[in-house]
Amino acid sequence: MSGRAEMLLAIADDELILGWRDSEWTGIAPSLEEDVAFSSIAQNEIGHARALYELAARDLGTTADELAFDRAPDEYRCAPLVELRRLDWAHTIARHWLYETADELRLAALVASGDAELAGLAAKMDREEVYHRMHAQMWADRLRGEQRFEAAVDELWPYALGVLDADGRAALAQRVGREQVEPVERGNHSEELRELWQEMTSVRRSVPGATW
Amino acid sequence: MVFEVFRQERKGQPFQHAGALAAPNAEFAEAWAREQYGRRQESEALWVVPRDEIRAVHDFPDELHKTYHRVDGYSLKAKLKEARQRAESAGALSARADLP
Repeated sequence: MSGRAEMLLAIADDELILGWRDSEWTGIAPSLEEDVAFSSIAQNEIGHARALYELAARDLGTTADELAFDRAPDEYRCAPLVELRRLDWAHTIARHWLYETADELRLAALVASGDAELAGLAAKMDREEVYHRMHAQMWADRLRGEQRFEAAVDELWPYALGVLDADGRAALAQRVGREQVEPVERGNHSEELRELWQEMTSVRRSVPGATW
Repeated sequence: MVFEVFRQERKGQPFQHAGALAAPNAEFAEAWAREQYGRRQESEALWVVPRDEIRAVHDFPDELHKTYHRVDGYSLKAKLKEARQRAESAGALSARADLP
């Protein structure tokens, strides 16, 4: 697999799995208004995953659906941050805020890259991510100083560093105002991802080869 | 706080009331209104207004039933009908008077 396809899959898997995790709040978010907003953000992330899978699928001679649903859990390249299942609003916002901050740096690097196609897609995604960042920042500002939120950021910080390559981590630490620590790197998956995968692919696996 | 949201569907059209939402401050209200009323490209623009900032007016007494003041105007329909009937019967009478 080319380095480009590997990178595309890593980002696409991050967006798909995070979109899935965020969508677990649909119907039970802290308020009706937040429920609608967070579900919409989750849908956006999955839309970004689809666009990235489509680019990768062309390089790999396959389809976006096959990439999203037909790989084994261990073949996913997502960062451990997005896999965690923490159905607790403090953790959810801590992850959302840390991920969006990291994702902004990652998208900026792609926009500035020499890959015109990927730079174009990254710029489009970033125009939607602006609103995710606004949403994340607004919540982070509101929860800052709350013990549960601060504890969640402490817990997730090593995972957030693992979203970016080594050369992006200093900028993330600066942005978030924290010291770099040992990151939780991509590559190892949690049991939580396997459970998510079982659920996420269950419909597709129920009739192999069907066109949906 | 409750915020009222007004939505403009196309450029140049009037803003119409879309709904209300409860939010802790204007920033949350904007973010939530954006996701609720703009994410499907259904809006050109939104106005997000704190309900408390709206001066509501709903008392319009008309004790003397001054119908000629009302927007639906002074109803001429019934009066015209009567006048037409009067004219018709007057015409019929005068026609009869012409008979030899």
